[in-house]
Amino acid sequence: MVEPFVLRALVAGLGLAVVAAPLGCFVVWQRMAYFGETVAQASLIGVALGLALQLDLTLGVLVIAVIVAFLLVWFGQQEVVALDSILGLMHHAALATGVIATSMIRGAPVDLMGFLFGDVFAVTTGDIAWILAGGCVVLAVVAWLWQPLLRLAIHEELATAEGVRRQRVRTIFIVLLAVTIAVAMKIVGILLVMAFLVVPAVAARPLTGTPERMVVLTALIAAASVLVGLWLSATVDSPGGPSIVLVMSLAAGLSLSLAAALRRL
Amino acid sequence: MAEQEGGRAAHAAMHTHAPDPGHRHDLTYSDGCALDAPAAADFDPTALLSARGLRLTRNGRELLIDIDLDLHEREIVTLIGPNGAGKTTLVRVLLGLEQPDRGEVRRRPDLRVGYVPQRFDIDAVIPMTVERFLKLGGSNGRARIGAILDEVNAASTRHQQLSQLSGGELQRVVLARALLREPNLLVLDEPVQGVDYAGEAELYDLIGRLRDDHGFGVLLVSHDLHIVMARSDRVVCLNRHVCCSGVPETVAQHPSYMRLFGDAAPVLGVYRHHHDHSHDVAGLPHPVEDRQASERNERG
Repeated sequence: MVEPFVLRALVAGLGLAVVAAPLGCFVVWQRMAYFGETVAQASLIGVALGLALQLDLTLGVLVIAVIVAFLLVWFGQQEVVALDSILGLMHHAALATGVIATSMIRGAPVDLMGFLFGDVFAVTTGDIAWILAGGCVVLAVVAWLWQPLLRLAIHEELATAEGVRRQRVRTIFIVLLAVTIAVAMKIVGILLVMAFLVVPAVAARPLTGTPERMVVLTALIAAASVLVGLWLSATVDSPGGPSIVLVMSLAAGLSLSLAAALRRL
Repeated sequence: MAEQEGGRAAHAAMHTHAPDPGHRHDLTYSDGCALDAPAAADFDPTALLSARGLRLTRNGRELLIDIDLDLHEREIVTLIGPNGAGKTTLVRVLLGLEQPDRGEVRRRPDLRVGYVPQRFDIDAVIPMTVERFLKLGGSNGRARIGAILDEVNAASTRHQQLSQLSGGELQRVVLARALLREPNLLVLDEPVQGVDYAGEAELYDLIGRLRDDHGFGVLLVSHDLHIVMARSDRVVCLNRHVCCSGVPETVAQHPSYMRLFGDAAPVLGVYRHHHDHSHDVAGLPHPVEDRQASERNERG
């Protein structure tokens, strides 16, 4: 008989694996891994905001994630400093602000480690509702915008010249990314949430020839990693989120090695 | 041509007539650059695309100054000019990728643009075959994709990954994508980058043939005069403002053209763009006596 908390971890992890797959692919295709990382680390400010105002924490994280994402897009408009420098600055600033903000919350001490690394076995049915509801919305919107998103990812100028509404599609994508980060944070934590998006996509890339197959394979690799990671966690009593990410990373390492070896043939 | 383009649009067309020593612009510079006084300008309703008074400033530098331009069906217009002359910026404004600070671009309601951008660095990180790329965002059947790939001599690339194509093959595939949209205006921004000299001549021939077959208008951006001139119906020389423009044969015999491009290297088509005026910080041309001062101000 499976314990209810293990079952909840499985449902949450598998649901997230499927939802994160298309977004993870777009993050990899558009070189936005560091962008997502910065938004994720700003989530801690959202946690503090939620605690201070006694709001739902996921809601607090969502609000801050969206604000920071659009702040980054705004900073990217200038042309004198490269975006990676801005992201390097911002993700440290966001983390520092978040740690200070959570430390100033009165009342019960905040479980900082829990937010940084997540606790997949502490997932509640409320969290699962967030994942499933948010996940369905995210997947529906991605399916709706699949063609324009893909065309923008391949060549932004060409797509825009052909009539894709760049600003609108980009804005929606950034909101979707922020929603996914806010929801996924519960399970894998602020520091590892982008790994959940990026690593399975990286693992899938060398093994696929079309974008659609890459998304499907990304979801499969992520789901398998959730199963193996949780089994590992239950067996050797390792932390859940990091165990999943470790399994994903091993899969990516194998896949990249295979690609490198095949290239030499 | 001057009859077709009214008012200020004829700014460029004036240069298509034989040189008229008696004719005087308000301001004339010895490179043939004339800066007409701003006048009421009508948009050309027959043009696929009609631009009037385009101005654009970025980071305190005026990139486009009072640009008027009309593009018509079946017409090959070549935009030439030195690096930094604003060629790509102008194309981006015409395509609506960038908003001008002043002025307006009117597009005919039935305008359908096929665009071949300057750089097409396809990222190997996106898995994508040529066929899938050509199907993306359109309802193109296999037969039609095959026919268009044949037309641009790229049939063999059909099942390859985009990231594995050579520069020339990729250009042809992007051209095929533009053609699949059945454009009435084809815009090519420096389409020969990464293509060798023979491939370049071949590509221009192909573009000329396609124009004859399909009847679309073509806007071609280039910094290479020699191959371009033969195929163009009209050449527009840009250096942030429209320096001169006209039918290639007439332009080629025009004294101002000789001054502009007289020392162009005959084989490689490399030319140096000399000016006897400079552009000041506001971007307005000023005549100068000192050639060195002129070149300093041109910033290459």
